[in-house]
Amino acid sequence: MSTAISKHVHQSTLEDANWVRWSLITIALGFVILFLCVPLLLVIIQAFSKGFGAYFSALSQPDMLSAMRLTLLTALITVPLNTVFGVAAAWAITRFEFRGKDLLITLIDLPFSVSPVISGLIFVLVFGAQGWFGSWFVEHDIKIIFAVPGIVLATLFITFPFVARQLIPLMQEMGSEEEEAALSLGASGWKTFFLITLPNIKWALLYGVLLCNARAMGEFGAVSVVSGHIRGMTNTLPLHVEVSYNEYDTVSAFAGASILAALAIVTLILKTLLEWKQQANRASV
Amino acid sequence: MSILLSNISKNFGQFSALHDIDLVIPEGELVALLGPSGCGKTTLLRIIAGLEQADKGRILLNGDDKTDLHVSQRGIGFVFQHYALFRHMTVFDNVAFGMRVKDKKYRPSETDIAKKTHALLELVQLDWLHDRFPDQLSGGQRQRIALARALAVEPSVLLLDEPFGALDASVRKDLRQWLRNLHHELNVTSIFVTHDQEEAMEVASQVVVLNKGRIEQQGSPAEIYDHPANVFVSKFIGQTNEFELSHHTTDWFEHIGLQVAEESTPDWVAHVRPHDIEISKSTNDNSPVTLKDWQHLGALIRIELTKFLPNGSPKIVYAEMPNEQFKRLQLNRGDKVDLRIRHAHWFH
Amino acid sequence: MSQSRIMPGFRPTISFTLFYLSLVVLIPLSTLVFKSFELNWSDYIDIITHKRVVAAFRVSFTTALGAAVVASFFGFIVAWVLVRYSFVGKRFFHALIDLPFALPTAVAGIVLATIFQPSGFLGKLLKENFDLQIGFKPLGIVVALIFISIPFVVRTVEPVLQEFDSRMEEAASSLGATRWQVFTKIIFPNIFPALLTGFALAFARGVGEYGSVIFIAGNIPYISEIVPLLIITKLEQYDMAGATAIALTMLVISFLLLLLINLLQHWVRKRSGQI
Repeated sequence: MSTAISKHVHQSTLEDANWVRWSLITIALGFVILFLCVPLLLVIIQAFSKGFGAYFSALSQPDMLSAMRLTLLTALITVPLNTVFGVAAAWAITRFEFRGKDLLITLIDLPFSVSPVISGLIFVLVFGAQGWFGSWFVEHDIKIIFAVPGIVLATLFITFPFVARQLIPLMQEMGSEEEEAALSLGASGWKTFFLITLPNIKWALLYGVLLCNARAMGEFGAVSVVSGHIRGMTNTLPLHVEVSYNEYDTVSAFAGASILAALAIVTLILKTLLEWKQQANRASV
Repeated sequence: MSILLSNISKNFGQFSALHDIDLVIPEGELVALLGPSGCGKTTLLRIIAGLEQADKGRILLNGDDKTDLHVSQRGIGFVFQHYALFRHMTVFDNVAFGMRVKDKKYRPSETDIAKKTHALLELVQLDWLHDRFPDQLSGGQRQRIALARALAVEPSVLLLDEPFGALDASVRKDLRQWLRNLHHELNVTSIFVTHDQEEAMEVASQVVVLNKGRIEQQGSPAEIYDHPANVFVSKFIGQTNEFELSHHTTDWFEHIGLQVAEESTPDWVAHVRPHDIEISKSTNDNSPVTLKDWQHLGALIRIELTKFLPNGSPKIVYAEMPNEQFKRLQLNRGDKVDLRIRHAHWFH
Repeated sequence: MSQSRIMPGFRPTISFTLFYLSLVVLIPLSTLVFKSFELNWSDYIDIITHKRVVAAFRVSFTTALGAAVVASFFGFIVAWVLVRYSFVGKRFFHALIDLPFALPTAVAGIVLATIFQPSGFLGKLLKENFDLQIGFKPLGIVVALIFISIPFVVRTVEPVLQEFDSRMEEAASSLGATRWQVFTKIIFPNIFPALLTGFALAFARGVGEYGSVIFIAGNIPYISEIVPLLIITKLEQYDMAGATAIALTMLVISFLLLLLINLLQHWVRKRSGQI
């Protein structure tokens, strides 16, 4: 009964006048279309502006391919590392009481409030030629800055909080009763984690991994500082897009952009699906 | 102010929440809308308030048709089940809200508003909490603040949705008494919704029993209890034992003191209140009734009897009597007993 | 230390957490502080009071502020519409809100630049009809930052609006309040703390944003040069000291602003009885 009534509440007393409703919808959709839909469409239009042939030949240039490889490699290293960290941190924070917990949570969130450029800068300060360990690395002929390791490190920093941030509130809310029950029934720690915890957090975990991955593949500012923009060597896909754009190679820039936009769209679709899954999960609990 | 509802119907999609409701409530009454959950009582209250629009029918307050007036224009006071206090405002601001949102022309001065707000807070005995926020109050206090807030606009009708529903049992008892007294003092026509028949009987001067979107009976608590209009009311108000005519022999009915009318048919059922059953130790070993168990309900004792039907299956019958009287009977579990029925209602 | 004896894994997980956190975040970040100790105070003051640096700070903070204000206004309407009304394509728009989170900033940057540059299709339209140039002007930065800010505002306001107790609205209505009074006196005050949070998040992100801005900004020193770009410029000139000083200043200002906004929020919540 109550659901039937509450649905109707909005249709009587709380209903806004029609003109109010339609003007607000128009403003909101106009805003969203202008700022979100138009840019998305434009990527596609620009990418194909010189025809399919030009598009695909841009995509198969060696520099483009190496940029894609580097982007994939970076994501392949950073996402698993930050995922393992996220799970470990969430376990320690939500399953135990210890002093300084709030501080720890704040520190984990820290990379979110640091400008990407500064995130890149700090690695230059540590590993660059004038940096703290710079001379040591130069002596041993190990390149970190203006090389792949620098890109990976900057990306690790930028994407650091994503998984932990999804898991901590969820595991806090879940409580540890189920795990305690499993342990009391004789399950080992690992068994408990894989059979009890993991099934409960899997959607949130995937959600965090998804966001982490999107950011890892798309990060620009931090990577731009540490990369050195060496074509075919240290250009990730976003950097390749930048370089092509600045060289007025529009087709190449937007071809690269279209790949990244496609990635964004896939991310949004998966994100929406995962949100539904999580909601369904929560509703069933 | 009197309330007149004529022909009110309301559907939610396929579901018919209210069906041709006609209801007259004289001025100054304290009315309970009583019924099981899903019977439409809250919907009816919300329609009277104007929070919900009826599909058809009219609502007249003091003879004026208010059907098409928006809730903010109806001059009613509504107390929500979970109080719906404005959580970003202090108690004082909550109570003053209705006066402050009035048109400039009718709005009292800030000093008058303050005076009246404090008077209302004193009426509900909570003036000392005036600068608290709702989250800092107990359930009972919130309830009274919600009432003071509704009264601040001097409503012609006060509507309360499950006013005691969200409270602890002990607080509920006190508030019932308090609401009765308050109504007595203010004498504003009031309607409250409840699913608790005891609460309706205790607080209301008039009870309207609703079921499945229809009014089953309207009357004073005594009328409803002593003369239930139909099976539903009889079963919903207080406890009853049902004796189907088809399940027992006419002889047995006469033996226990129930007259079976000439025109009766097998679908007739006698409804008997537990306290209308007298029991005594049976001298007859073949009596079909045995004492099964009993429970103490304070001054009364509730007795569980087993009556064996002619087909051999047992049926539980409840009786109630004062403690002392039961002790004097000196009955034990398993004893054969005789029944004597003082009063019954026949339904078919 | 551990709360429940039976729960295993505290030592390994907390050790790994602290180790990894130090390695990836704390040590690199602290170099910024230690590096700046190598500067003496007057050098530091010279760097950050240089006209071009001051101008860059002004550009970064004013554009981020402007964008956060605009995004808060429209973001509130978008959240309202998404929660309160039903219309065709709602789910699509709902999913689309997160686009700025998912789309790499460089892509957003070149697309917005293409649209709003004077020869772009909207840039041309605005230029010819309203004599308004967005691309390569500070206004361009605002546009890019609005794009980035949208999800911060919408995603913070939306859940609060969703959970808003509509009975409070009914109660206000039953007490004689008009729809406008219900909005201004009941709904808005309850949503305001969330809106403030969304605003703060958008503002903080906007100040540090780089990728989406540099293509549309024109990057003219003193006019449309943002702080992150200036840091990169200093780095490219091998002016480590300059880059460090500016970066540290910016980091400190952003943290102070976040702190201030947190305090403000605490105050708003307290005033409105939410804590």
